Amino acid sequence: MEKHLIHITVNGHEYELYINPKTLLIEAIRDYIGLTGSKRGCETVSCGACTVIIEGMAVKGCSVLAMQADGLNVTTVEGLEQNGKLSAIQKAFLDEGAFQCGFCTSGMLMSAKAFLDENPNPTTHEIRDGIEGNICRCTGYNSIVRAMSSVAQGKYREE
Amino acid sequence: MIHDFTYFRPGTAKEALSLLAEHKDDCKVICGGQSLLIVMRQGLVATDNLIDIKRLEELNYIKFDSTEGLRIGATTTHRTIEKSPLVKEKYGVLVSMENRLASIQVRNWGTIGGNLAHGDAAGDPAPVLMALNASVKVGSAQKERVIPIDDFYVDLFETALEQDEIVLEVQVPVPAPKTATCYSKFNLLSSDQGIISVGASVTLDGNACKAVRIALGNAAATVMRAKKAEEILIGKTLSDALLEEAGQAAHDECEPVADIHASEEYRRHLVKVFTKRMVKQAWEQASKA
Repeated sequence: MEKHLIHITVNGHEYELYINPKTLLIEAIRDYIGLTGSKRGCETVSCGACTVIIEGMAVKGCSVLAMQADGLNVTTVEGLEQNGKLSAIQKAFLDEGAFQCGFCTSGMLMSAKAFLDENPNPTTHEIRDGIEGNICRCTGYNSIVRAMSSVAQGKYREE
Repeated sequence: MIHDFTYFRPGTAKEALSLLAEHKDDCKVICGGQSLLIVMRQGLVATDNLIDIKRLEELNYIKFDSTEGLRIGATTTHRTIEKSPLVKEKYGVLVSMENRLASIQVRNWGTIGGNLAHGDAAGDPAPVLMALNASVKVGSAQKERVIPIDDFYVDLFETALEQDEIVLEVQVPVPAPKTATCYSKFNLLSSDQGIISVGASVTLDGNACKAVRIALGNAAATVMRAKKAEEILIGKTLSDALLEEAGQAAHDECEPVADIHASEEYRRHLVKVFTKRMVKQAWEQASKA
């Protein structure tokens, strides 16, 4: 096994990693870069707790090799806050109490962000489809859907 | 724990195929890896060499021409197919299938070629493509060949791919006039694989069934045609009794395996219900085509 040198830009910062090629993206982010917001959940591409955004697309960090993100832009939950201010979707989650235990939240926020960036005026049904890849084991889906709806309705738009 | 491997990221398909020829005795090819990485982590697949073809842009395309039909390159993601206006217009059933394939995250990264090569009988694309009479173009460093999807699946997680071959392209012919294809699966969560799935393509001549292809997913070790059910339908006109007879034939000829999700008996029952439903739906759509 030969280690590889890769460059991944996470939340706008470029990281140079020297890794075993079997390293998963979620391991690179959590264990090498030290950003532990993204969670390791099922590790079978089911639960969505590890969801991050690669080049605008929500993906599950447990099912992508870090090698495959070489040279790409990755956003994690830590990258949602800008200049000390929470993003719209984070504020909405707080206002709606869109979490109980919180384990799914970082992945849910990333799916919500990618979905709303692509589809700014969704129906409730589309929102539910948009988070189909994220499981909230506390079953707090209604508040999550409300939070996403309120962002879509422009409640958190900056003046 | 994933077995250690040597990682290769070839820049061209040609380079990938020559690497594969060199390492074929102990090698896996990864594209989106949405299925492969799971079985690698579970230790079911251990390989010394891994060739990553995810970035082969030359295999990332969707083309259509009115004689050749549809051509989808192997590294095209599910999401690209799902969002393609071209696919939606010409082969709407592929878009509705993709819409229900796993989750957005998986569709964003997973690819059509990887899905087919993985050989999972519960995969969504294969039964639809089988109903559409598709073929798979595969290639090695020596040659390319086109395999009808009917012959592509050999056994459980086993395809007709030789050790030195990769999937290059999916080819879907232009449907005959008065043809419609429908697909549905039965599952509990929309992002789950089907407990069973059925794809049916019906071609009409007047009111009679001129040609039909019925493909069953997760109802045997591989995706399979329900040929006895098809024979019953040929030349007939639509009736509830006919659907019942065809559904029963599919029920009898499938060979499902029981697992945690469903017993063999329940799967056969579902195959019957969904065969009736999909044939009827395709038939009705074809009559309006």
